[in-house]
Amino acid sequence: MSDPVAVASDRLLAPRELHSFVAAGERFVYLVPSAGIFKLDPPAAAVLDLLGASPGSEAAVVESLSERFPVGRIRETLAELEAIRAIGPLGAPRDEVVNDLPPDGFPLTTMVLNVTNKCNLACTYCYEYGEDKIVDASCGDQPKFMLDDTARDGVELLLRESGPLEVAHLTFFGGETLLNFPLLRETVAYARRRAAEEGKRIEFSLTTNATLLRADIIAWLADNEIGVTVSIDGPKEMQDRMRVFHSGKGSYETVRPKIAELLRVHRSRPIGARVTLTRENLDVRRIFEHLTEDMGFWEVGFAPVTTAPGRDYEIEEPGYERVLEQFGDLAREWLECAVENRHHGFSNVKDTLEEIHKGVSKAYPCGAGLGLMGVSTGGDVALCHRFAASPEHNIGSVAGGIDRGRQRAYLEAHHIARKTDCHTCWARPICSGGCYHEAYVRYGRTTAPNLHFCTWVRSWTHTCLEVYGELSERNPSYLARFDA
Amino acid sequence: MKHLRPINQKAERIEAFLTRAGAEPGGEAETGGATAQGADELDVVGLESRPPEGPHIPLGCSLVFSPGWEVDSTGGTAGLCQPVERDLFDCHLACFWPAHVPDQLNHSPDWTGKCASAQKDWRKLDLVFP
Repeated sequence: MSDPVAVASDRLLAPRELHSFVAAGERFVYLVPSAGIFKLDPPAAAVLDLLGASPGSEAAVVESLSERFPVGRIRETLAELEAIRAIGPLGAPRDEVVNDLPPDGFPLTTMVLNVTNKCNLACTYCYEYGEDKIVDASCGDQPKFMLDDTARDGVELLLRESGPLEVAHLTFFGGETLLNFPLLRETVAYARRRAAEEGKRIEFSLTTNATLLRADIIAWLADNEIGVTVSIDGPKEMQDRMRVFHSGKGSYETVRPKIAELLRVHRSRPIGARVTLTRENLDVRRIFEHLTEDMGFWEVGFAPVTTAPGRDYEIEEPGYERVLEQFGDLAREWLECAVENRHHGFSNVKDTLEEIHKGVSKAYPCGAGLGLMGVSTGGDVALCHRFAASPEHNIGSVAGGIDRGRQRAYLEAHHIARKTDCHTCWARPICSGGCYHEAYVRYGRTTAPNLHFCTWVRSWTHTCLEVYGELSERNPSYLARFDA
Repeated sequence: MKHLRPINQKAERIEAFLTRAGAEPGGEAETGGATAQGADELDVVGLESRPPEGPHIPLGCSLVFSPGWEVDSTGGTAGLCQPVERDLFDCHLACFWPAHVPDQLNHSPDWTGKCASAQKDWRKLDLVFP
């Protein structure tokens, strides 16, 4: 090994980390960890196939493929593939990310205010009140309702921590958010005034179970352009199975007319439905059609229930396959609409495609504790709204500000570089280990990667890559919608 | 690029980077080689990207050379240098322990043959794979 240059020319080449997929009859690669997507021409696809079957030297590749392609093209292709790091010397070190913290002053974009921890429903699977609760909201020492002063301190913290951003987001959450409607009215007015004074703008949204919507509230939501997400599980028999009042009575008949009125009056922001999938509630197609066609929601997003193992509403293996299959069908439907520049309300595919388009390669699975924070009714700042009021997950208070030491320790502990289970997974640029709350409920620690979702995440990401690749062939101008 | 078409925004950034670095085709970026076009690029970064809190100690580095008494940075022998630290100039020149890559004693005696002055010629050092 006395002459490194001579060594380099004989070196064996092999594919580096990547995920290949085919869309619209064309070959693509998704590079890991950069998350770049390149379309391959026939020589490039042939080189990757050859080296994927067994590593070989440049000379061996040229010899194998010289009957199919000119030698010059093969050499160019090898150089290009190596430059984008799709191939490299056999045994070359993997591209691992360094566990470095985001730069100081990283702005806070979204604050979630838990305006109450009370709820007029008693949904069986609720992560706030159900079997997997983290904080005792019923008998704990947190106030039942957030006070105006606490919300104002939250607004001030958001304005301060949003740094150079011109737009910040304030989301109201619960419990049932509308149980504290007076606070919403006060806080939105206050936040608008203060944001204007600071030369900023705040956008508002809330999540509700829709049981408490009334004409004056709907008019206020519309007038103030508040984004609304309604938690709803589908048609009557599905909604009434888990989403019940404390008496056990189902909530469908209560919410249906109220949602109809909301959708009729509130036209200033698109209104979405958010569905929790459980073992007994997996008919994604039927739920989607009911919520969009029968009820008129603009978008519907689905999420599997968060649960510790063994709960009787936990989705088991065959259930996930069924969901994936239906997600795939809806994703292809979404694709056909996108090819014709038409709207389709399946929001799961849209969210993933946006990340694929930008080529995000995440150090953290979500913005919790960094660009997003949750505030409890008492004013404690937590990683996100799901950890509100949990002492273990506290990173400050609205009055006292962010505890930088705790935030730093949290970010270091949750970086993808620390998740060794994820280091050979091609889907890690998008997944990055998954939801901290899911991990905490499932494994007892937020740092755990959600290994029970690996097959699901890889299958779903693969489907979305195919949709993305096909869209790039059939209607590339559509992709500009994801640019922002 | 002739054979690969960037599809998403990240791929466009990769292509733009390669074009700027003059690395297309020829793989200069792969070896950290500099070209006139790439002179303003930070193609080399320190081992520690955060403010240094002390000297970088390679994993398991043996700090003391005293035959019969070689110890690691903790004073024990469990953590002596593993073949994961690569292309460290100082290890090549100064270290007696033949586990790093490239090592001067056995496998790569001429690794620095084209590098008469480290400060000037360090770009001539190439990657070596065991």
